[in-house]
Amino acid sequence: MNIRVPMPRNAAAPIAVSGLIKNFGSTRALDGLDLKVEAGEVHGFLGPNGAGKTTTIRVLLGLLRADAGSASLLGGDPWRDAVELHRRIAYVPGEVSLWPTLSGGEIIDLLGRIRGDLDKSRRDELLERFELDPTKRARTYSKGNKQKVALVAALASNAELLILDEPTSGLDPLMEAVFQDCIHEVRAQGRTVLLSSHILGEVEALCDRVSIIRLGRTVQSGTLQEMRHLTRTSIKAELRGSADGLETLPGVHGLEIRDSQVRFEVDSSQLDAAIRRLAEIGVKSLESHPPTLEELFLSHYGDELANEPGRML
Amino acid sequence: MSTTTLTGTIALLGLILRRNRIWILIWVASIALLVLLTAVGVAGLFPTQASIDEAAAATQNNAAAIAFNGPAQGLDTLGGEVAFQVDAMGLVIVSLMSLFTVGRLTRGEEEAGRLELVRSLPVGVHAPTVAALITVAAMNVVVGALTFLALVAAGLPTTGSLVVGGSYAAVGIFFAGVALVAAQVTENTRTVYGSGVAVVGLAYLVRAVGDVGDGTLSWLSPIGLAQKARPYADERWWPLLPLLAAAVALIAVASRLAAKRDHGAGLVSPRPGPATAAPSLGHPFGLAIRLQRGTLLGWGAAVLVVGIAYGWIAPTIDSFVANNPTMAKFMASAGAGSLTDTYFATAFRIMALIASGFAIQSALRLRGEESALRAEPLLAAPVSRWRWAASHLVIALAGSLALLAVAGLATGLSYAIAGGPWSSVPRLLAAALVYAPAMWLLTALAVIIFGLAPRWVDAIWAILAGCFIVALLGVVLGLPDWVQQLSPFDHIPALPAARLDVLPLALLTLLAAVIVLGGLVGLRRRDIG
Repeated sequence: MNIRVPMPRNAAAPIAVSGLIKNFGSTRALDGLDLKVEAGEVHGFLGPNGAGKTTTIRVLLGLLRADAGSASLLGGDPWRDAVELHRRIAYVPGEVSLWPTLSGGEIIDLLGRIRGDLDKSRRDELLERFELDPTKRARTYSKGNKQKVALVAALASNAELLILDEPTSGLDPLMEAVFQDCIHEVRAQGRTVLLSSHILGEVEALCDRVSIIRLGRTVQSGTLQEMRHLTRTSIKAELRGSADGLETLPGVHGLEIRDSQVRFEVDSSQLDAAIRRLAEIGVKSLESHPPTLEELFLSHYGDELANEPGRML
Repeated sequence: MSTTTLTGTIALLGLILRRNRIWILIWVASIALLVLLTAVGVAGLFPTQASIDEAAAATQNNAAAIAFNGPAQGLDTLGGEVAFQVDAMGLVIVSLMSLFTVGRLTRGEEEAGRLELVRSLPVGVHAPTVAALITVAAMNVVVGALTFLALVAAGLPTTGSLVVGGSYAAVGIFFAGVALVAAQVTENTRTVYGSGVAVVGLAYLVRAVGDVGDGTLSWLSPIGLAQKARPYADERWWPLLPLLAAAVALIAVASRLAAKRDHGAGLVSPRPGPATAAPSLGHPFGLAIRLQRGTLLGWGAAVLVVGIAYGWIAPTIDSFVANNPTMAKFMASAGAGSLTDTYFATAFRIMALIASGFAIQSALRLRGEESALRAEPLLAAPVSRWRWAASHLVIALAGSLALLAVAGLATGLSYAIAGGPWSSVPRLLAAALVYAPAMWLLTALAVIIFGLAPRWVDAIWAILAGCFIVALLGVVLGLPDWVQQLSPFDHIPALPAARLDVLPLALLTLLAAVIVLGGLVGLRRRDIG
């Protein structure tokens, strides 16, 4: 169930990428990646470090030329039509690097004027909400404050598409909340956001649809609800009778029985049968929760993470 | 300094050597090679005592040569002639080696944030600095030793060769101290290099003015002091002692300053900036001006001072010719124009080579911005790659022309005020400006490397070094004509001593334009990052 009102279909999708391949020397960074972002949605872009998120974004910005596959941005060719397309987007890089001798205020104004849509009052309002001192030289900003400079510059624009590459990795929880408010406002205005993030709570709170990528390839894409159907629900129950027979039910995993307490996970498609069986035994209390995004994420990367202790989320 | 403040010095030394081995090798080997080739070249130029005597008579009172090279001492020996050719230049290069190495290893690491990681380890407070100083001191000692060996291998007397090697090491260590102090004062590595180069330039100029006069002023210059050790001319060691004492004092001062400041900060804390951008900061060109204006002003000041100094010395050369009829006759018969004009031609060639440093540095800003990921926010905005590249290249090309104008005017005005004819002001301005096409060609080479093989942009500095060697030592080293003609500066008519020839200027400009275009096409086709 998608709560979004469908957008008119006459406009091309803001981002449409298919079969994208990009090699750096002998390393293949993108290996047939697909990504489709519909107009008006906030689209989560997930994947572990090195999965190819930033490379995809840099192809979309026309900074890198893809070796194969197709990419379209706002209906144009990101490489050929870069300048025209960039009037309609705003970008927050994953690694914010600012001119050390310029003040934060100067950088925000510069980027706004170059894009041509600097809204002075919106800029000042955002500075206040993010509690950013615009007179400090960029050299002296902390990581989080550098990110705020890039965020204010992007959010102060009227761009129809915002491309945000891990924009909140340096923000504290209070600023994270401010950021989420801003993205809700952007979405309410019908603008589109591509949000690459490691913060799963943030993606869960903000995103309509999510694409999960791994090793340069899209492994899953859809709404959170759709994804949950493909995975397992956790059940914790206190039973009146014996838990016999639960282990033979199809789709039940990780069953733990302690006295009258049971815990298990069940494939969402088999949830029906499991609940019916519990009801037959008799239930004193029941807790169930759908898989969190984190669990979804780990279900895709769990093996890989276990085998590669150096690789972190 | 207790021993715990030095914990980890040896490990850090290993890290420095591992990360900088190519840097160290290039500096040390090229200085030693330069000395060896010069010594062998001079020996080839003057095979007999008679030829040495002839050369000595020609240069003994030649204020122009003395202004560039140093005091005329021991010129009636082969060693004296070699020292005259290589000593001043070698001392400047060794100074730059120390300066850039110390800046890179101390403030450079700190500014990049890598030193923070090192300091979080069980490493003594002074260990990183001491490891850097040991490295630089060792580089200087090795340069000194190799210089000594090169000179002895060329057949020169042991004592004099030892003095040249020793003076290289002493001056190098002195400038390591200068750089270390500068690295405490400012938090910006670029400023460390700028202020250090200014001190080296001042040392060279004070020595030039002193040597053309009675030599008193030269005692105040570290480079002049080193030459007071008189290699191959009744050597004496004691003038090197104040250099080493000053180096120790500078290191002590730096250590005091370091104790007063926080990690990552300088002594001068940056002032807050404006909350909003000035109207000029609304497009890529405005940004490029803002980023480069400090550099351009610094180079402008340097060229201004050098021009004033060269102009100021010039009347001495007039009087030298006037008082020396044989010399005047010799110059006339050689068809070389007046000695003063030859002197000015050399001066402008050197100033143009110096100013090329700006042109290259300015063009390489593009690569610096790209590597630091600062090109990305602009190129992700509605700014084409060409427009972004043009914003910096205009400054490189126009700025280098402006520097030549400053050099010409400063030299001409200073010469006129010191007693030369006022009519020489436009003549000298023209003599400076003709070098613009050669500088543009170097800039163009930087652009094409940037466009096609951005990882190799630093190779342009080697090309500039090659142009310096051709200009200053081409004849001495006996380089074949075709090698000398590889330098664009070799094709510029040596005004005011030679006649203006427009054709090579037009061809160089055209070539530069084509090469820039090639670089820009490459930039448009390649990946950014």
